[in-house]
Amino acid sequence: MSEQPTTPVIDIHGITRSYTMGDETLHVLKGIDLQIHPGEFLAIMGPSGSGKSTLMNILGCLDQPSSGEYYLDGADVSKVSERDLAKIRNRKIGFVFQNYNLLKRTTALKQVELPLVYAGVGNRTPRAQAALAAVGLEQRMDHLPTELSGGQQQRVAIARALVTEPSIIMADEATGNLDSRSGQEVLGIFQRLNQERGITIIFITHDPWTARHTRRLVMLRDGKVVADSPIENPLDAATSQRPSEAEELESIFQTTYYGGKKEEYA
Amino acid sequence: MNPVEVFSTALHALLLNKLRSGLTMLGIIIGIAAVVSMVSIGRGIGDYINQQFSDLGATRLQISSQAPTSGFTTRITPLTSATAAALANPVNIPSLALVAPEYNLSSTVRAGGRGIGMNVIGVTPAYTEAYSWQTQPGSAFITQADVENTARVAVLGTSTVKRLFGSESFNPVGLQIDIDDLSFTVVGVMNRRSSALGFDPNNAVLVPISTAQTRLDNARERGGSLRVSLITVLARDKDAVAAASREIRTYLRSAHGITDPANEDFAIYNEAQQLRSLNQISSLLTLFLGVIGAISLVVGGIGILNIMLVSVTERTREIGLRKALGATREAILSQFLIESILLCVIGGGVGILLSYGIVALGNQLAPNFGLSVRLSLAVDTLILATGVSSAIGILFGLYPSNRAARMRPIEALRFE
Ligand SMILES: Nc1ncnc2c1ncn2[C@@H]1O[C@H](COP(=O)(O)OP(=O)(O)OP(=O)(O)O)[C@@H](O)[C@H]1O
Ligand SMILES: [Mg+2]
Repeated sequence: MSEQPTTPVIDIHGITRSYTMGDETLHVLKGIDLQIHPGEFLAIMGPSGSGKSTLMNILGCLDQPSSGEYYLDGADVSKVSERDLAKIRNRKIGFVFQNYNLLKRTTALKQVELPLVYAGVGNRTPRAQAALAAVGLEQRMDHLPTELSGGQQQRVAIARALVTEPSIIMADEATGNLDSRSGQEVLGIFQRLNQERGITIIFITHDPWTARHTRRLVMLRDGKVVADSPIENPLDAATSQRPSEAEELESIFQTTYYGGKKEEYA
Repeated sequence: MNPVEVFSTALHALLLNKLRSGLTMLGIIIGIAAVVSMVSIGRGIGDYINQQFSDLGATRLQISSQAPTSGFTTRITPLTSATAAALANPVNIPSLALVAPEYNLSSTVRAGGRGIGMNVIGVTPAYTEAYSWQTQPGSAFITQADVENTARVAVLGTSTVKRLFGSESFNPVGLQIDIDDLSFTVVGVMNRRSSALGFDPNNAVLVPISTAQTRLDNARERGGSLRVSLITVLARDKDAVAAASREIRTYLRSAHGITDPANEDFAIYNEAQQLRSLNQISSLLTLFLGVIGAISLVVGGIGILNIMLVSVTERTREIGLRKALGATREAILSQFLIESILLCVIGGGVGILLSYGIVALGNQLAPNFGLSVRLSLAVDTLILATGVSSAIGILFGLYPSNRAARMRPIEALRFE
């Protein structure tokens, strides 16, 4: 898939975001321009505090910029009513948070049904089940968040993000809290969603290995875009072998890590 | 979101937080039950007091001798049988329906060896009507002939029967008793009267007034007339009480030759007046208990408020998440409104049931303490208490949620 000269789904110009704290003003985003086209799989990297999450929250219509223009599918977001913003968050954008943000004491199925409730969908259960199946959790529908591993919770969050069939999914360090194996699985899910369903995916990560599975990398530093380039040969999560961890562990313990198999850490 | 969705979302959220929901409801329940049962009890006791005193008769006046307030006059003209006869004359006192003089003395009453010091009351046949107090069926009372003949007959109260003969159900009619060594024939027993405020009226020995004045005592004045202790009169009706009191005062002043009110040597005691001041006491009691109840209501309200405000942080994040997933402000607010209303309806319902239970329990237990109190549910207070606690619940349920619903989703999600 090569880049098409389509109209960008996300088009931002001179976006800034500053926080006023007392009499000091903290400029977090200092003028960001970015165009993202339908079907792109984009990674945003940058040092901690560079403004990645801040930018993502603005793109996800969870926050508003201090200045600048944001066109979503050609529409000026600053002029969209509160009610229509809710609709955008509900149908157009799926958001995956770094800390999952699941409702406590609520089953996986109910979590995933929640966006459908606000979408006014009547027969929700089959769609929620399908979304959970798409992230490999068909066996965990009735589990509460406390009964799921971190990776499983993040997959519930992904199912929740994709259940309304949004055209964009934004994930803020979706694999950041996961071990490499679960991270790889989650990464695979995003690749499939992108390739099979054509969903635009924006993916914040700290991990260059994860970023190599996307098709475009935007580097942020100090609230500015410092690099933006396509990735030459994206890795496939289904086949890629992370080089480091198992070898590193072996070098620490000399022998196989408490009797397990090498592949477990691959 | 249709109403059914809103409702089920709200219900689901309440069930998710059983402890918080339970505590909020507890605040409402305590608030309602406390204030309603307090006011109900206060009113019940007030009614009881009123009823006790209306039993005594609202048209009744009692006249007795009294030292003048001036303190200078030494001469007190005593009340006599002649005074009673004069009061009974409608030319003197047109507003009166009945005059019942009595002469009281304490004597030793003996029956079958037991001797008991007792108040003996010399009465006329008018006594029964004056106090609306009848003899038991088949019993006689003191007749006009008994009074004229200074007969040695006695009528006993039930407590006296018990004290003299050992049992209240014993029938002493026809037996002899001794009063101060004079032998009397018991001719009747009075009905049992409810005891008012610790004083037992059944502890009575009634004899003809003339017998008491001349045979048990010497009540003869120098002029030859017989002293009486008390003259009880009944006004024609409730509205005539004030006029009767005025007429009696005018008559007695001229009969006793009194010009200065400070030299008045008699007192007219009006039970209706007494009743009014007791009414004030009982409404004061209701007020007092009502204030205690209101304090409970406030405490309950603060409880509700506390729980609602304490859960703000958690709920703000929940609201942020719901907004991030596409909830509109209206959807959030209607969910929280329904939640609050559900809490208030359930809590209020339980509070009402509990108040009802407390009142019913009070009615069950009161007889065990010898009180013939009947409590009835203070419905007006119930409505007020339910309204107030529901208003608090809804207000403080909605206020934080409204604030959260106005925030940007990311602000709400990060709220601390
Ligand atoms: N609500 C806020 N008020 C004040 N400052 C804020 C607020 N949110 C973020 N910041 C500041 O903005 C800067 C960028 O934050 P942001 O969360 O966007 O960083 P990030 O690139 O996502 O970092 P990380 O990789 O650690 O997640 C930080 O210095 C942070 O302190
Ligand atoms: Mg971040």
